[in-house]
Amino acid sequence: MTPQIDDRSARDDSGMRLGRIRSLIRKESLQVIRDPSSIAIALVLPVFLILLFGYALSLDVKEVPLALVLENPTPTATAVAGAFKLSNYFKVTMVSTMQEAITRMDDRSIDGIVRLAYDFDRALSSGGAPIQVIVRGVDANRGRFIEGYIQATLGGFMLQPAGGQAGAATGTVRIQSRMWFNEAVDSHYFLVPGLVVLIMTLTGGLLTALVMAREWELGTLEALFVTPVHAGEILIGKTVPYFFLGLVGLMLTASAGKFLFHVPLRGSVFILIAVSGLYLLVALGFGLFISSTTRNQFVAGQIVLMAAFLPALFLSGFIFDLASAPRAIRFVSCLFPARYFVSVLQTIFLAGDVWSVIIPNCIALTAMFLVFFSLTLLKTRKRLK
Amino acid sequence: MESLRRILSLIWKELLAILKDPKSRLTVIIPPLMQTLVFGYAATYDLNQVQYAVYDQDRSDASRRFLSTLDGSGTFKCIAVLSDESRISTLINSKTALLVVRIGPDFERRLLLGQAADVQVIADGRNSNTAGTALNYIGTIAADFTATWQKAHGRTNMPAQVVPRAWFNPSLETRWFMIPGLIGMLTFVQMIVITAMSVAREREQGTLDQLLVTPFRPIEIMAGKSLPSILIGLVQMTMVLFVAIFWFNIPFQGTLWTLYLGMLLFLVASVGIGLMVSSVALTLQQALLGSFLIIMPSALLSGLNTPISNMPHSIQYITLINPLRYAITIVHRVFLEGASFSQISSELWPLVLIAACSLWFALWMFSRRTT
Amino acid sequence: MQAHASEPEVLNCKGLTMEFTDERKQRFKALDDVSISIGRGAVTGLIGPDGAGKTTFIRLAAGLFMPKSGTIQVLGFDVATHPRAVQSRVGYMPQKFGLYEDLTVLENLNLYADLHGIQRKTRSERYRQLMQMTNLDRFTNRLAGRLSGGMKQKLGLACTLVSTPDLLLLDEPTVGVDPLSRRELWEIVYTLVREQGITVLLSTSYLDEAERCDKTVLLFQGKVLATGSPSQISAIANGKSFRIDTPAPLKPRQLQARLVGADGIVDAVLDGSHVRIVTSGNNPISENPAVEGLTMSSILPRFEDGFMILLRGIAGKGVESIRPPLPSHAVSAAENAENVVVEVHDLFKRFGNFTAVENVSFNVRKGEIFGLLGPNGAGKSTTFRMLCGLLPASSGKLRVAGVDLRQARASARQRIGYVAQKFSLYGQLTVMENLEFFASAYGLRKSRKKERIDWALTQFGLETRIGSAGSELPGGYKQRLAMACALMHEPDILFLDEPTSGVDPLARREFWSRINTLADQGVTIIVTTHFMEEAEYCDRLVIMVDGRVLASGTPMFIRGKALSQKGGEPTMEEAFIGIVEAFRMTAEDVKHDAPN
Repeated sequence: MTPQIDDRSARDDSGMRLGRIRSLIRKESLQVIRDPSSIAIALVLPVFLILLFGYALSLDVKEVPLALVLENPTPTATAVAGAFKLSNYFKVTMVSTMQEAITRMDDRSIDGIVRLAYDFDRALSSGGAPIQVIVRGVDANRGRFIEGYIQATLGGFMLQPAGGQAGAATGTVRIQSRMWFNEAVDSHYFLVPGLVVLIMTLTGGLLTALVMAREWELGTLEALFVTPVHAGEILIGKTVPYFFLGLVGLMLTASAGKFLFHVPLRGSVFILIAVSGLYLLVALGFGLFISSTTRNQFVAGQIVLMAAFLPALFLSGFIFDLASAPRAIRFVSCLFPARYFVSVLQTIFLAGDVWSVIIPNCIALTAMFLVFFSLTLLKTRKRLK
Repeated sequence: MESLRRILSLIWKELLAILKDPKSRLTVIIPPLMQTLVFGYAATYDLNQVQYAVYDQDRSDASRRFLSTLDGSGTFKCIAVLSDESRISTLINSKTALLVVRIGPDFERRLLLGQAADVQVIADGRNSNTAGTALNYIGTIAADFTATWQKAHGRTNMPAQVVPRAWFNPSLETRWFMIPGLIGMLTFVQMIVITAMSVAREREQGTLDQLLVTPFRPIEIMAGKSLPSILIGLVQMTMVLFVAIFWFNIPFQGTLWTLYLGMLLFLVASVGIGLMVSSVALTLQQALLGSFLIIMPSALLSGLNTPISNMPHSIQYITLINPLRYAITIVHRVFLEGASFSQISSELWPLVLIAACSLWFALWMFSRRTT
Repeated sequence: MQAHASEPEVLNCKGLTMEFTDERKQRFKALDDVSISIGRGAVTGLIGPDGAGKTTFIRLAAGLFMPKSGTIQVLGFDVATHPRAVQSRVGYMPQKFGLYEDLTVLENLNLYADLHGIQRKTRSERYRQLMQMTNLDRFTNRLAGRLSGGMKQKLGLACTLVSTPDLLLLDEPTVGVDPLSRRELWEIVYTLVREQGITVLLSTSYLDEAERCDKTVLLFQGKVLATGSPSQISAIANGKSFRIDTPAPLKPRQLQARLVGADGIVDAVLDGSHVRIVTSGNNPISENPAVEGLTMSSILPRFEDGFMILLRGIAGKGVESIRPPLPSHAVSAAENAENVVVEVHDLFKRFGNFTAVENVSFNVRKGEIFGLLGPNGAGKSTTFRMLCGLLPASSGKLRVAGVDLRQARASARQRIGYVAQKFSLYGQLTVMENLEFFASAYGLRKSRKKERIDWALTQFGLETRIGSAGSELPGGYKQRLAMACALMHEPDILFLDEPTSGVDPLARREFWSRINTLADQGVTIIVTTHFMEEAEYCDRLVIMVDGRVLASGTPMFIRGKALSQKGGEPTMEEAFIGIVEAFRMTAEDVKHDAPN
């Protein structure tokens, strides 16, 4: 063999080359520009979803329909009723018998009952007058908050000295609570960052899952493989354009959170972008992994929906706090990248650049990215099945 | 009669295609079971492990007793005892502690004087729902402590006493709410995906043309596509129901036939929506994206994750066309509240309406596309 | 590696074996102990039926598979250990060349030039050369997705050639390409070999193409059946090829049907108005009872004849022998002549601005085999889908069995059978389940159903495959099953959309003998195909290009049209090329440029 050919061989095996990567990126970007569907997935979908869900989702209980059973409208009882009527939390219906209240409870027109018995006034003077409170416990979370609000509204009366016996004050423990990062207790503050994660997990995964599988299906990869191209170059070429596209989508949703839903951004924008970029790489890597494993757009799409959507909803800490889940479930949740990003994003938005939260989560995300990318590389070695 | 026989042959074919292969048989059974178990345990608003730090400036008998009440509740776990304020923010910021309980220096003195003694609780509001729940728990514990203290010190009773009770879910467990809800949620997701794909797949594989040149009428093809999905949906919901009753021990209060009747209507409505997607979609790809665009809003706006009554009115109106919303209400009402048929009838007729509209649209679209 | 570098072979493999696992987890050998060597500067053809291992071999040579055992060296490099060294020196065009359809012609070329690290300076000269060779110079800014099938294939070839490879691997480059483009592709290949000394290895299932190679390798079931020049293969049939004149009342295809399964006859195909047979040569042909009383003359053998002898020689090892057609109750031609069952008049179909079918008219009479011929995208399938009521016509008149199937009641469809282009069956269902389903779909019940299913199983030789899933069937069996399902209810009219595409030469012969039988039983058959030689089997046909009917009539008549231009008896392909070229010359240039 001539030495010249040996030279070529040395050149070919020299690993990745910038020129080829640049060319693949250019190709991919042209495709993105010409095929509006990926732009729709990356930009239109996230904005639509954040608008819909940002407005729709709220855990803040308000205007609870409540029946107040006044069996004997004495002045004290009327005063109690007045307190409920003034409260923003309740929409009070006055009824005079318990039976009536129960009927309303059964047909779901009310979610709670407060009953002041016939002898409420008399019992009050002797102390320990029972106030019967019933809440609909079906939605336990809501039920608990309703119960809490009723207690708080009644609190004023319970602490007043019984029967006007002034001086016989009782020692009580009074909780003064302060909710840091969210003084107004607005659930949007934590739901919106969570939604950003949910949406990006889906769109990021979907973007790459479909494009890589599409190349397998159309057979474009087969011809590409029989060129000096390195499998890693193909993956980088695939990742970069969608990374920037996804980043724009992410920034759009994050800005919607800040400017539309007025979630404060207490951390720095730079850190937000950096961590988001890292997460996006994980989401894209996940999509690439799925699609190079299945090599089929349909299956890939289905897996991304199943493996990204429901777990990101239930296992990310987006709505449900994972601290209370059993150990096994917490372990399972560690396998889904969404939980790390939810934690970081809520912190950057509400608390600021807290490194003790950001760094460990970012390490986990980096590890996941590396795992997905190297698994994909392993699967995309230039061989056919 | 001839028509019925043809539909039966289609149903048999669909069922064979789904259930013959052991792998695809498993995909009908395993994912819903796994999801019920995992999400059943994960999706909870209840707290059983609240880590808190304490800064006790009083260090009195009373403050110690208050803290031991807190620890004795089983929910709270003290992870740090602070001696000054400086570490409070570090502990909260780093998510090490959800709460910091600070007891003022005159806690015992004020209690003994019969005054109100303040306990300051600082909560990490990054998840304001969790923080709110934890604060609620502390409030209850404080009230209990007060009552015990007063009894011990021979004080008169409080003038009034709240006797709270939660109906249908006495210990207010989120699980009782979530898991029956999953009956609707999981079957909905599967139903939409299966139905939306089935027509699109036939279109893509070309078998749809083959069907259309046989004497099948569009309505027969639709029926042959819907019924197998509905059957599978019934099997899946039964499995989740079993897990809910026998694994999570959630008491079933209603009657089974009411539940199944309601769910049947829900399945028909979901299948209608699935068929609607598949009649519009030209490719599997579009069917997939279409079903995703239906599933995601329907799931989040179903009332299972956040209550519908908390939503703005305009969005509450949107949820009226979401069959999952009715399904979840029906399951909750029948399962937990033991509602009778007449009590859930207000949830049934919207489902009938949705089913009728979506099926009609799917059929119209399908006929327009094909014949 | 160095040791082999001095060898003159461009490709050299020894004992190459490749195994795959099928859907039932059973291993099968796609290639079994294959040893081939290919010298520099020639066109080598890999010839064989479907599943012979052609694609597997080419992929191994391209470094896309790891061989199970054996070695393969390309340009002096062991492919298994130095795949990238090989990949930078070969050009590879897969069966389905994945052009990026949303990139322009130039952008596609640029991508491959970048990947091969071609310098900017040298590019422009190379592009000019390639564009000239492929006639794509006017379309450099057109999106690849908007090129016609033939142009796409030429662009794919151009992409693999940007790097001036030493070896060009082409996997079935001419499948689904119209005869004109096929001829152009072959011209490009020859230019490359002649002017640039490129070695070409290509696979094909068109047997007429084999004759254009310098050397052929016959693969069958993963094994090398024979190697040699095309003339060497043809020589196997020396003295065994004959041409038989069709005696008076018989149609050529009826004669062919009689001869095809006969003892001592390896192959019988239509050849214009004659039938061409190849004998096994065990006994002198004149003593064969099948040809008694027929006028026959000895002719020069061609590649196909040798190939058929080789293949039939190991028929016992897996080639399904063709069943003799069932005795037919011949329907007299006179009875059928007036009976028009399909009527198409001034048919138009427009998709937006694009006219897919333009002013098409034809009639089909009862018991006829009627062909729609034309390249991909000529509007054949669109016409078909309109006839079957699957697509509305934009304008024009359409009658099938006296009704328009779009408006007719569902029961009217009981009279037609339809085999779609892709043999659309339920892949997850077994052969039996597919048959049962379609039987019920057509309202067959109980004993009638059982009877028809039994008929289908025996008639189509499916008994041994009852339990196989539809998707696991080999191509030929898929086609049989699709036919069986479409014939379940004994339709009067059978629509067959490209029933022979992707089906190997053996299965195609089998298919046509079945069609013959059906036509003799009085079933009207309408068939589309892009294999020009299959036109001979039709009683009458139309040639469609760009949505228009360019010629119609009997095969004789159509060949006669080309006769005036050339000497001798033209083949149907030559006739087709002549007709299309004449049309293109008269039609405005715009039409030629329009995307297909």
